[in-house]
Amino acid sequence: MTQNADHVLDHFELFRGPEYQQMLANKKKMFENPRDPAEVERIREWAKTPEYREKNFAREALTVNPAKACQPLGAVFAAVGFEGTIPFVHGSQGCVAYYRSHLSRHFKEPSSCVSSSMTEDAAVFGGLNNMIDGLANTYSMYKPKMIAVSTTCMAEVIGDDLNAFIKTAKEKGSVPNEYDVPFAHTPAFVGSHVTGYDNALKGIIEHFWDGKAGTAPKLERQPNEKINFIGGFDGYTVGNTREVKRIFETMGIEYTILADNSDVFDTPTDGEFRMYDGGTTLEDAANAIHAKATISMQHYSTEKTLPLIAAHGQEVVSFNHPIGVTATDEFIMALSRISGKAIPEELARERGRLVDAMADSSAHIHGKKFAIYGDPDLCIGLAAFLLELGAEPTHVLATNGTKQWAEKVQAVFDSSPFGQNCHVYPGKDLWHMRSLLFTEPVDFVIGNTYGKYLERDTGTPLIRIGFPIFDRHHHHRYPVWGYQGGMNVLVWILDKIFDEIDRNTNVPAKTDFSFDIIR
Amino acid sequence: MSLAQTQSVAEIKARNKELIEEVLKVYPEKTAKRRAKHLNVHEAGKSDCGVKSNIKSVPGVMTIRGCAYAGSKGVVWGPIKDMIHISHGPVGCGQYSWAARRNYYIGTTGIDTFVTMQFTSDFQEKDIVFGGDKKLAKIMDEIQELFPLNNGITVQSECPIGLIGDDIEAVSKQKSKEYEGKTIVPVRCEGFRGVSQSLGHHIANDSIRDWVFDKIAPDAPPKFEPTPYDVAIIGDYNIGGDAWSSRILLEEMGLRVIAQWSGDGSLAELEATPKAKLNVLHCYRSMNYISRHMEEKYGIPWCEYNFFGPSKIAESLRKIAGFFDDKIKEGAERVIAKYQPLMDAVIARYRPRLEGKTVMLFVGGLRPRHVIGAYEDLGMEVVGTGYEFGHNDDYQRTAQHYVKDGTLIYDDVTGYEFEKFVEKVQPDLVGSGIKEKYVFQKMGVPFRQMHSWDYSGPYHGYDGFAIFARDMDMAINSPIWKKATPPWKAAPKPALMAAE
Repeated sequence: MTQNADHVLDHFELFRGPEYQQMLANKKKMFENPRDPAEVERIREWAKTPEYREKNFAREALTVNPAKACQPLGAVFAAVGFEGTIPFVHGSQGCVAYYRSHLSRHFKEPSSCVSSSMTEDAAVFGGLNNMIDGLANTYSMYKPKMIAVSTTCMAEVIGDDLNAFIKTAKEKGSVPNEYDVPFAHTPAFVGSHVTGYDNALKGIIEHFWDGKAGTAPKLERQPNEKINFIGGFDGYTVGNTREVKRIFETMGIEYTILADNSDVFDTPTDGEFRMYDGGTTLEDAANAIHAKATISMQHYSTEKTLPLIAAHGQEVVSFNHPIGVTATDEFIMALSRISGKAIPEELARERGRLVDAMADSSAHIHGKKFAIYGDPDLCIGLAAFLLELGAEPTHVLATNGTKQWAEKVQAVFDSSPFGQNCHVYPGKDLWHMRSLLFTEPVDFVIGNTYGKYLERDTGTPLIRIGFPIFDRHHHHRYPVWGYQGGMNVLVWILDKIFDEIDRNTNVPAKTDFSFDIIR
Repeated sequence: MSLAQTQSVAEIKARNKELIEEVLKVYPEKTAKRRAKHLNVHEAGKSDCGVKSNIKSVPGVMTIRGCAYAGSKGVVWGPIKDMIHISHGPVGCGQYSWAARRNYYIGTTGIDTFVTMQFTSDFQEKDIVFGGDKKLAKIMDEIQELFPLNNGITVQSECPIGLIGDDIEAVSKQKSKEYEGKTIVPVRCEGFRGVSQSLGHHIANDSIRDWVFDKIAPDAPPKFEPTPYDVAIIGDYNIGGDAWSSRILLEEMGLRVIAQWSGDGSLAELEATPKAKLNVLHCYRSMNYISRHMEEKYGIPWCEYNFFGPSKIAESLRKIAGFFDDKIKEGAERVIAKYQPLMDAVIARYRPRLEGKTVMLFVGGLRPRHVIGAYEDLGMEVVGTGYEFGHNDDYQRTAQHYVKDGTLIYDDVTGYEFEKFVEKVQPDLVGSGIKEKYVFQKMGVPFRQMHSWDYSGPYHGYDGFAIFARDMDMAINSPIWKKATPPWKAAPKPALMAAE
């Protein structure tokens, strides 16, 4: 017996005991009808070959291990960025259980969201009654300041009309007529979570600026000196948003963060559960129309939102998840240009510190090859930073990346001699990436938690940056934007590089001549 | 010692009833009426817990429930390791359920096993408009080419499939024929079907009946020499290795486990099951359907068992042995005796740290009752429990074998109700899922995830009980809970007050 009361063994150790090993071997041999081990080995090797890669890339219908989620997740993520707001997803309820779990697993935080719980009868007759009852229940139970409605694929396939449904629900008294119920159609079969973020945010801004679905006069823009800021779908929203606020405050700029969900995904443990915490006030959301300009940190998260804002007379500027010196420079200079405020010495010193750190460490990164996958903006931000470090972002892949995105990535490659042998892969998945890593190996892969399968199968060390990160804790509390954020990303990359060097040099009497204590 | 301990049963009942009245006040009248049927206080001697169950969730509340797809792909089919399970429809469902349940298995992933992968047809708008059948057929061809060692394919339907009227059965039949009889199983588990994941379990069970069992020729010779001691484990998903720490006990008592459903399971094991002499059923809720079918069609008896905690394990081993001869009965006694010292040591170590602590549970369809015995073995008391997707027969089993007089019962609890109940009852521990975990931890209440074992486990079997006890201790007695209130905000001690 392996188990021991004084030193309890769980799954990590328990099943390595001889009795379990024997049991599992018997099970396999006698009952699983296993494949011939030689055949398994043959296919395993074959799956590493250029021939397999060619077949893999010829795939037209099957998607394997995609690096994207569906629209409604992004809608929920954006909606909780407003004060006292509960996301209400119109469709089958199982989806909401999934979004809440997904966000909770990444942030290690509660994630509140309700569903209209549509079932077969709603599939036949439409979900109007679910909307009427649902809004009334949500309103009386969770006492939100706003209910932000989005849809699932089910509601979209049967063609439920949110505008009409919400109107009817208000007429039936589910919520007061003047109560804020912005909405967005977010079919799961269009785009990805990034698109959903964009649609939901656009829906909310449109609601406040353009007459609250016909229940109020449209707002008249009276320009002021404020700057709006949009983060986009961002797994680092907690660290990033706070860092951006600090930068604004350092520069003395008045600002409004739109969809500021940094507090709701970072509430304290002090004996109280806060379903709502922080968030953009509804007043600020409305008044954001008067701002001088709106800055988005993620172009592909705001493709529809920014034109709407621009149409109201503001300047709009978008970045691609800026990481590192140049990208932050551009962000800071844009802030300075738009606000007319000088860049303070404090930020110049921060910048100098990041340059200093990169100079100290770049020898360890210079010339190293990386594979990157993730959301379109994050991929661009990371690729640009790697080029700045003298590394080669050899494979850059976004399952939710388009051809236009690929052109933009190519332009980033073309801007540096280190980008010469780099390739971009729009619309491909992590099974494609697996073939790339076998046939054109790189030194490191950067991506989310799902990359651990790539790390295991191809032996390429994984640096976890992206969304979701389920198997490491608390990285979302650290910024990746700004000079400070660049420092964090640099350290994460270096830590992995040094861990790898140590792992490769620690064999006594064989490789440990390079097992150095100073690096 | 918690609040509950200091009160009489009558006081607890009165408080719980009052609590139910209080939470119902927040709802509109119509909803309050509906929810009232799902909340109750257990009366000893009653045949069930006195709550309605398996009824549609109220729209607009934060239900904890999932959907039929989750029941089929996430629970029943997903863990079958040598088959490829296509999440057929848009990308999300497969993504969110990707390797999230920790169904442990042995195999070369991507080559001859596929559990921790996400295969999807990634529906786009054009697939909705023109239908996805052609794409599905092509997907199967591509699977055959890129994953030649797969032993079968299942099609897990997401919401749009049923709505747009795709004929996944025809595609499956056609492709099976093309691939020389390969097992291809279409599963109509669209998320809008039924009221929770429960219907998905049933649908998945039926698809095994129709597309696996019914395909096997009745006179086909078994792939192994049968013995009188052949049993199948039904309804263990091998979360953190649960089925393994269960299987080892059955084998130690002299039985031979010919199939494991479905954690670490294979198609060959599914096919072998109708040759079993007894089906032993752990998760009654999710797999009673197929067990009943095998009883009717193949004459295989089945019996429920509970492998949480030494009391229930011993009871269950004896119950299972009761279906066999003296050799197995002696085997059961030998196994119970073998592990008794370990159990004594575990209880001696942890019971003093846990005695008298109270627990509130809310889990899926089995654990809200099955784990009660394990808590009792540690001297703990379950003061509130309820099912996400239990049916009336689950509440009967709960009332008749598990809960005490006065226990608070909440079916398909809403987030709001659960928070209020915990706030008022003040249990020492809450056991529920990821969506609930951080809510209660923020409130300063120790918590364990009872779907995933909080990434620990196994919890089944004797080996698992040691881990269970350790984990409950680490949750309740973690020093962190003393830090939730800053010292400058803590209530002043009586002595200090006197001094003032």
